[in-house]
Amino acid sequence: MDEKNSLPEPSIFERMRNRLTPEGIPSDDRGRMRMVMDSLILHIHPAKVEVSSMKWTYTWGLGGLAALLMIILGLTGIVLLNNYTPAVPQAYLDILEINSNVWFGELIRNLHHWSANLLIVVSVLHLIRVFVTGAYRPPRELNWLIGVAMLLLVLGANFTGYLLPWDQLAYWAITVGTSILSYVPLIGQWLTRLVLGGPEVGANTLLNFYSMHISFIPLIIFGLMSYHFWRVRKDGGLTVPKSSKQTEDPKPERVTTIPHLVHREFIFALAWTAALLTFAMLVPAPLEGIANPAMSPNPAKAPWYFMGLQELLLHFHPLVGAIVIPSLVIIGIFTLPFFDLNPKSVGVYFRSRRGRSLTLLAVGIALIATPSWVLLDEYVLNWTLWLPTWNTLFSNGLIPLAVILLPLLLLDSWIQNSFKADTEERVLFIASFLFTAFIILTVIGIFFRGPGMSLYFPWNMPIVTH
Amino acid sequence: MTDTPASTPLSRRDFLKAAWMFLGGIAALETAGIFIAYLQPRLAEGEFGSVIVPGKVDDFPPNSVTHIPNGRFYIVRTGDGGFLAVYHRCTHLGCTVPWDQTAQKFICPCHNSQFDRQGVVENSPAPRPLDLFALTIEDGELKVDTGTIIQRQTFETAQVVYP
Repeated sequence: MDEKNSLPEPSIFERMRNRLTPEGIPSDDRGRMRMVMDSLILHIHPAKVEVSSMKWTYTWGLGGLAALLMIILGLTGIVLLNNYTPAVPQAYLDILEINSNVWFGELIRNLHHWSANLLIVVSVLHLIRVFVTGAYRPPRELNWLIGVAMLLLVLGANFTGYLLPWDQLAYWAITVGTSILSYVPLIGQWLTRLVLGGPEVGANTLLNFYSMHISFIPLIIFGLMSYHFWRVRKDGGLTVPKSSKQTEDPKPERVTTIPHLVHREFIFALAWTAALLTFAMLVPAPLEGIANPAMSPNPAKAPWYFMGLQELLLHFHPLVGAIVIPSLVIIGIFTLPFFDLNPKSVGVYFRSRRGRSLTLLAVGIALIATPSWVLLDEYVLNWTLWLPTWNTLFSNGLIPLAVILLPLLLLDSWIQNSFKADTEERVLFIASFLFTAFIILTVIGIFFRGPGMSLYFPWNMPIVTH
Repeated sequence: MTDTPASTPLSRRDFLKAAWMFLGGIAALETAGIFIAYLQPRLAEGEFGSVIVPGKVDDFPPNSVTHIPNGRFYIVRTGDGGFLAVYHRCTHLGCTVPWDQTAQKFICPCHNSQFDRQGVVENSPAPRPLDLFALTIEDGELKVDTGTIIQRQTFETAQVVYP
């Protein structure tokens, strides 16, 4: 650095810049690694990454996109606070004001709304990617648990945010959604009153949801997110993609994080930001009339991401549809990495060639079986009529549940006997089946349920006028 | 804090450790209790939750169903002149159930639960009849206490109040 000594005294701006990044970004690999090691912010990345783990078609950048959406949601959320009052009816009037009388208000609200919805989709896709590549296996079990916890928190953030515009859509979706809580055994009624702050959705509920939405949930998500990134490093970086026949590469090619990974991330984030901005300019976030507690719209639907759950409620006693089945599913997702252990197929999409075929088979069966079961239950099966003396918890809950679980068990033993499927392929098969079924239920709930929650074709949907 | 065998007496260190754990646990429970108590719903006078007067006995003809929106209930008058105050909230998932005059029953728009004029389930998924409020008649005036929600499994004639 001989040149530096001969230069005149640096200006105040140069000195400030030098204090932040001492000699600019170093031009050699060693210096760049040092920089990552020394910087708190860049600590979320390892100093070096394996070239193959950056393959675009392996991760699809889903985790990074989720992080980007979190940042956008944080920024737009903070500025929306300046124009919003969590009171009845001021909340609704404020939204109208934001949409019509605030500079870029509608754009900011649209961006917040669509990013929140996209975040759910992206989080679920991220979970699927990690699942089908077996990337949650030891030593990454803990990060899987954190990820699933964050997914639940993202749903919580979306659900609490859903009420804030205080329109008809919000009011009834939250009424239906929170009533599910009252079916929690023993403490259900008490819990519902606590969450709502009263006997029904009202001003207290709005305040409760607002406080959860802007403080508690984002705070926890931020903490978990930081931990999630740090654990990726601790667990030895991302898993590395492999084809099923490939063996472990003894000496994988590695490059420094700066510039190779950071540049990619930056371009990816820019492209997505541009796409989101464009979308938010073109498509307005929905807003209906002001909430009217005396009139439920027909049909009254939960937020779209809970429509699969609402569809289950149409077929089962609420204790089974809203508590038993979701609890089992959540426990199942949490415990996956503790019984699906084989480290050999980590990084292989769908475990193996047989795994790939079995996944296709499971998706195919679910595509046919789920709509058939919905139609059958809607028009033919009537358990409460056939078992009139039984408690509806059994006749409309546990018995139908047993009736649909039995074929699943049969399918499981069939793939064990005919395809010689091992544990990891069975897990894949059953999870693919259940997941596809859930997606189909969600689609039926969103597009095929009309007035009175009867089934209609989407192009034939009658519109109820009030 | 399990029983220690007689051969290994509890050392002072172990005792203090256990005592700290115990006290710490109690402190944690107390803190949780404070937060839960703090978050309990508060109710204001005169709102839904107090005693509401929907009208006089003669305002409601026999065989009629009248919605009282600010009290969140229906006044149902039976053919023989008795009264029921039926909460308008569906027992399934909390939607407001409108009275369908032509079908002569309550039909919930959310999940198509149906109830007869006494509020008894005619079509699931609702798990129990519509809830009731305590109704009294004083000097020909109806009084409905919306503070207590009465859950029921069936309709019984004892639920009907006669003037």
